[in-house]
Amino acid sequence: MRPKRQRLLIVITGLVFIGAAIGFALFALNEELDVFRSPSQVAEEGFPEGKRFRVGGLVEDGSVSSEGIVTTFRVTDGANSLTISYAKILPDLFREGQGVIALGTLNASGTFQAQEVLAKHDENYMPPEVADALKKSGHFKPEGGDS
Amino acid sequence: MHRFANPTRFLRLAAAVLPFSAAVAALCLGAGVVWGLFFAPPDYQQGDTVRIMFIHVPAAMMAMGVYAGMAISSAIALIWRHAVADLIAKASAPIGATFCFICLVTGSLWGKPMWGTWWVWDARLTSMLIMLFIYLGYMALWQAFDDQTKAARAAAILALVGAINLPVIKFSVEWWNTLHQPASLITMSGPKIHESLLWPLLLMIVGFGAYYLTVLIYRVRAEIHMRRTRMLRLAQADRHAAMQAAE
Amino acid sequence: MSEFLSMGGYGFFIWTSWGVGAVLMIGLLIQSIAVARSAAREVQAIEQLSPRRRRRKADAE
Repeated sequence: MRPKRQRLLIVITGLVFIGAAIGFALFALNEELDVFRSPSQVAEEGFPEGKRFRVGGLVEDGSVSSEGIVTTFRVTDGANSLTISYAKILPDLFREGQGVIALGTLNASGTFQAQEVLAKHDENYMPPEVADALKKSGHFKPEGGDS
Repeated sequence: MHRFANPTRFLRLAAAVLPFSAAVAALCLGAGVVWGLFFAPPDYQQGDTVRIMFIHVPAAMMAMGVYAGMAISSAIALIWRHAVADLIAKASAPIGATFCFICLVTGSLWGKPMWGTWWVWDARLTSMLIMLFIYLGYMALWQAFDDQTKAARAAAILALVGAINLPVIKFSVEWWNTLHQPASLITMSGPKIHESLLWPLLLMIVGFGAYYLTVLIYRVRAEIHMRRTRMLRLAQADRHAAMQAAE
Repeated sequence: MSEFLSMGGYGFFIWTSWGVGAVLMIGLLIQSIAVARSAAREVQAIEQLSPRRRRRKADAE
């Protein structure tokens, strides 16, 4: 076999092996690479009480209420929802229909006590006038979560 | 391609391209900066922070594009023993690493006000950080060997192995639950950016690309000259040794 | 002017981003030009010292 062809084969073989190894490793780690669980996942799989994890979803319309510095709201993924309570300042983008990711623990009564609430935003970018026009024409859903 | 394995011919081509790439870079970056800072509207959701996009997105795209170029050059150097390709890869690395670093830093500065955090270990951010480490490891490999031929081979192999990270980065926002939102520019249904924000962004992307080409030409020039200097020094040392042996 | 600088309250994040980008990209460009120049000078100097046979061969390439 000519040296060039041999080198090519070695390179390709090496790549295939290492690619496979990395792919396998990632597949195995799949759980950990997901930054958050959905409310449905929490409902189905449950979660050990007192252990910190992240839950993500959209803020349910009409579910936001505050008492002093504690804000309570529900996040939903369309199928299931979870009540979250948070005692710090919410991020600027927080509002109904926005995507959020909360880090915290599930307490005995099934409420999620959040230590950190992050806002997600979607991948759409447009000026305010365009957004308003879309809202008026009914073509716009100002959600911030995953599509 | 094999024509430009000859360093002198390559240098001549590079010298011809340089004024054009520099001009395109200066024009596009200059216009893009002004447009992005002064004339582009704020985003309906993210307000003025959207202006960070005009640095963050081109830097991210270039970090990945430069790496792809590095991997391709490395493959060409490995397979065809192309005399200039490995220098193109070597010269590209610091530029790509700079873009990658800018992407991460501007991303943090964008994330803090919008998401509420400087950093999260989601698949997108983590894989970009890994790419920075691969860049740095690649640059270190070149320095690690006295024998530049060995260095070139080791570095080329690292560049090719690390290329698996590119699809991971691109599809990270689809394969896993991430804080980072899905793609806005290169998507199945086209760009999700309104034209008033899209045009300055495209201008900046072209500007960043021309900037890369410009800086690359200077750095490859330097690498070619440094390699020739090394060769001449070795030849001189050989001659001295031969003369001394003859005495 | 101060409204422009404050960028709706997000001024620090926006200006720092642009600042970091500008400093790093301009710095990289300057460093690359400097290294290219010094490498060119060095190879020229060492080529002067080489025997004429080698230099003529290099020019012919």
